[in-house]
Amino acid sequence: MDYIKAFITGGLICVIGQILIDKTNLTSARILVLFVTLGVVLTGLGIYEPIVEFGGAGATVPLPGFGYALAKGAIKGVKEKGILGAFSGGVMATAGGIAAAIVFGYLTAVLFDPKSKN
Amino acid sequence: MESLDVKQKKINEEYQKYANSISPKSNTVTNCIMAFLVGGLICTIGQLISNIAKNYYNMNTEEASATTSITLILIAALLTGLGLYEKIGKRAGAGSVVPITGFSNSIVSPAMEHKREGYVMGIGAKMFSVAGPVLVYGITASVVVGLINYFFIK
Repeated sequence: MDYIKAFITGGLICVIGQILIDKTNLTSARILVLFVTLGVVLTGLGIYEPIVEFGGAGATVPLPGFGYALAKGAIKGVKEKGILGAFSGGVMATAGGIAAAIVFGYLTAVLFDPKSKN
Repeated sequence: MESLDVKQKKINEEYQKYANSISPKSNTVTNCIMAFLVGGLICTIGQLISNIAKNYYNMNTEEASATTSITLILIAALLTGLGLYEKIGKRAGAGSVVPITGFSNSIVSPAMEHKREGYVMGIGAKMFSVAGPVLVYGITASVVVGLINYFFIK
């Protein structure tokens, strides 16, 4: 059942992105920035948590889920360490993903060459 | 001189009309279905990884979520390196952009593209051309949320 919920939730978030790409002139880079920021704001307002509880990976795998992890980490950080946690919590919660993206991204770019665009 | 400008303008307008008439109309409904299917599938794979991490490696929800992100980022980086992610993206649109795999793709793709400019200012700098703004806005917003929680909610 959690697979079906993940499929539907994740699919719907991507459909919102597709509509934005088709109906506005937003580039995919702007969509990514918008979605992460939206994830942070919605989590701060307590709206994204129920979506994660329903959709599981369907809500955490799309980019708003990255924003969710950032905001949740910052809120948790404040509870545990006060004002220092507001700065350290977000990055701490997402450190694994950020480091993985940098390391795997770097290594792949070093090892592979761009394919010719035919 | 002025008449040349007018002439040029007319040609541009005509060209624009012609280009519009021959370029294929992107069908939003088809695009949305493809985005739904591919985006949904990527999230389902994520759910599978998350369940494995929880059930077989005894991870809590946060650890399982981080493991899922790292695994998907690795897979997407390799697919981008092999030139396969672009092929998926052509049909999937936002379905391949919005998941964390699209974030990974947005790092590898420009880094490979600008490899010739060197390892520092080519790969090292260009890999952040999209990921940089994402981190800037994401981290800034999260600190703001943290500060609001500290001063007003706590």
